[in-house]
Amino acid sequence: MSMETCPECAAAVSPQDRFCEQCGRNLRVQRTTVGGPEAAARCACGGESFDADGFCGSCGRARPSARDRVEFVLPGLAGVSDRGKRRQRNEDSMAFGRVRGRGVAAVVCDGVASSERAEQASQVAVDTAVDVLLTAVQSGTDPEAATRDAVLAADAAVARLARPGAEEVAPSCTFVSAVVADDTATVGWVGDSRAYLVAEAGAARLTTDDTWAAQLVAEGVLTEEEALTDRRAHVLSRWLGADSGLDGPQAVTFRVETPGLLVLCSDGLWNYLPEPEDLLAVLPRGVPPIEVARELVEVALKSGGHDNITVVVVTLRGGHGA
Amino acid sequence: MGLDFGVEVFQNEYLPEGEARVDAILTVSATGTAAPVPVEGAAEVLIIDTSGSMRYPPTKLAAAKQATEVAIDTLRDGVVFAVVQGTDEAEVVYPRGSGLVAASPQTRAAAKQAVARLRADGGTAMGRWLLLADRVLATHTGSGPRHAILLTDGQNQHETPQQLGRTLDKVAGRFTVDCRGVGTDWEVSELRRISEAMLGTVDIVADPAWLAEDFRAMTAAAMGKAVADVSLRLWTPEGAEVVFLKQAAPGLLDLTGRRTESGVRTGDYPTGAWAGGESRDYHLCVRVKPAKVGDRMLAARASLVSPGGDVLGQGRVLAVWTDDTALSTRISPEVAHHTGQAELASAIQEGLEARKAGDAETATARLGRAVKLAHESGRTDTAKLLAKVVEVQDPATGTVRLRARVADADEMTLDTRSTVTRRVGKG
Ligand SMILES: [Zn+2]
Ligand SMILES: [Zn+2]
Repeated sequence: MSMETCPECAAAVSPQDRFCEQCGRNLRVQRTTVGGPEAAARCACGGESFDADGFCGSCGRARPSARDRVEFVLPGLAGVSDRGKRRQRNEDSMAFGRVRGRGVAAVVCDGVASSERAEQASQVAVDTAVDVLLTAVQSGTDPEAATRDAVLAADAAVARLARPGAEEVAPSCTFVSAVVADDTATVGWVGDSRAYLVAEAGAARLTTDDTWAAQLVAEGVLTEEEALTDRRAHVLSRWLGADSGLDGPQAVTFRVETPGLLVLCSDGLWNYLPEPEDLLAVLPRGVPPIEVARELVEVALKSGGHDNITVVVVTLRGGHGA
Repeated sequence: MGLDFGVEVFQNEYLPEGEARVDAILTVSATGTAAPVPVEGAAEVLIIDTSGSMRYPPTKLAAAKQATEVAIDTLRDGVVFAVVQGTDEAEVVYPRGSGLVAASPQTRAAAKQAVARLRADGGTAMGRWLLLADRVLATHTGSGPRHAILLTDGQNQHETPQQLGRTLDKVAGRFTVDCRGVGTDWEVSELRRISEAMLGTVDIVADPAWLAEDFRAMTAAAMGKAVADVSLRLWTPEGAEVVFLKQAAPGLLDLTGRRTESGVRTGDYPTGAWAGGESRDYHLCVRVKPAKVGDRMLAARASLVSPGGDVLGQGRVLAVWTDDTALSTRISPEVAHHTGQAELASAIQEGLEARKAGDAETATARLGRAVKLAHESGRTDTAKLLAKVVEVQDPATGTVRLRARVADADEMTLDTRSTVTRRVGKG
């Protein structure tokens, strides 16, 4: 076996080590950067100098927010989050991690644009939730119970961002998570961020949107077609935040029988590819998760990129864990 | 020194997708309680036309002499000055020699005696007058404003427009010149060319009796300047281009062609001298490379810069692309106001030109447009001047008829005042 290096301090470590001798880092857990990506050093034009107000000294464009385009890659799973072409900010966030030999956890949250500091809400939510989920993966806790704990912890963390007396605009976001351990996968969600399962045999949508329109369709008040054009199509019936009144997520657990991919995404992607077959049609084959995520984001951008787009792709090995 | 310069930017920074043109009004204000420059810093040259035509009517030369004497009296003790007489040649009539002398009771009295002895004879070559003024001012070592007043009653007949152009290229930026035309035999466009190149003003003094007060005011204004040779420095991003930079108030002055490169993507435009409490508007138009919807760009950074390179004040012109038409179709009242004022000026100038050329149709259309714009923007002063040239039937629609008989002085007054503008919301 080849030697590896500690991701924290670059000291040499062996694959059997649970902790780095040098800095004490837990080597069994790898995860995305807490708080999101670090600030970009370069402008899109290649310029590296910015004035005091953050404008590029060459092309004049505002210093790109580190959030404008985020990519994270871990063995077996990867994600891309993009501002899109129309929004001034990227209010989506993603976080994921893996516990060596145990499994992976991933979370995508979409900040509600009409709320304050929505990008802060989604970042706090993904970081809080993925912490809870990775701890559960490490200790082998029941994934549905862990998902519920993760959602409630994230909801409470987002609620703490609210200004007193400003409930109407309290920071809020949607939520979708996945825990894959052993041969089972658990998906939990609040709001209209979605999860899809894509395998050789076909594709399936794993989530149902928490929106007024979806609820009315379920109750038979609207047809699917009417719901698409209804102004309530995107109005959330459940979300995370100070005014959520949330009691827990919706969740499903299933056995992973065959190899495939789990795709978590914000509506910036699925608006253009609503049906599982749409997703399957554009999905590249035989490439690593990061290439899949990039391609799906590219499809959304080419279709207009009207909203922030976030896609996390998890490899499912089928029966062997992650 | 010691004025504080503030730059306020008025614009609608929201642009529709693909839009490349960014318009902004930069309001530059010099504030602070800085005293005027020490008197030994300022220099003044009075240039008096003594060509043969100044003899008729005899009151003309007499009024010019009297005005020059008033200007001399207005010079504060210690300000260095000279008096130049211009014909097809130019000569320093005071002090003897070719330098400058500090104003004092004695030198003022001696200068006035020299002015009293002036005789009118010879031709007109204004470029030579300016060249001599430049040589005289070059002997001045102070750092304050260098100013000249040029008084003429005639046309530049003893040198070609090309010769004048070469002279202006040479002396522009070295001192400022306020031009005054007395009587009605001079060319508005000729004096405007000089005053624009020399960052000064032009006006008609139809009645020589008004000269003295005008000279006093110009000299006082020149003496009130506290900082000389301030530049407006524009930084624009890669791939951007300054379409124009025009002083928009208190008078129109196109500075676009006056750019000197001063750094990477940076150019300096002269603004001349500033007094405490003075405020001017500049209309900047930049063409940038449009970015994505949602992107924010610094389209220009405007700085006021001292001759030593100190940044005295700064403002930012921004561009944000949006697909929200409620934002991108908003009109900046400041930009609209100055665009309207510039259009009013060009309608007047083009209308008068067409009228002179005998093109009644164009003249009626352009002057009618001017009447409408003056009416809409509440420019009653301009409306009154226009009414002397056209018979106004309906100011709201700009329906006018050309007057058959128009006094030269009225037409020239309208022409010279066409570049005088008003600030937004300041009547
Ligand atoms: Zn380490
Ligand atoms: Zn750049």
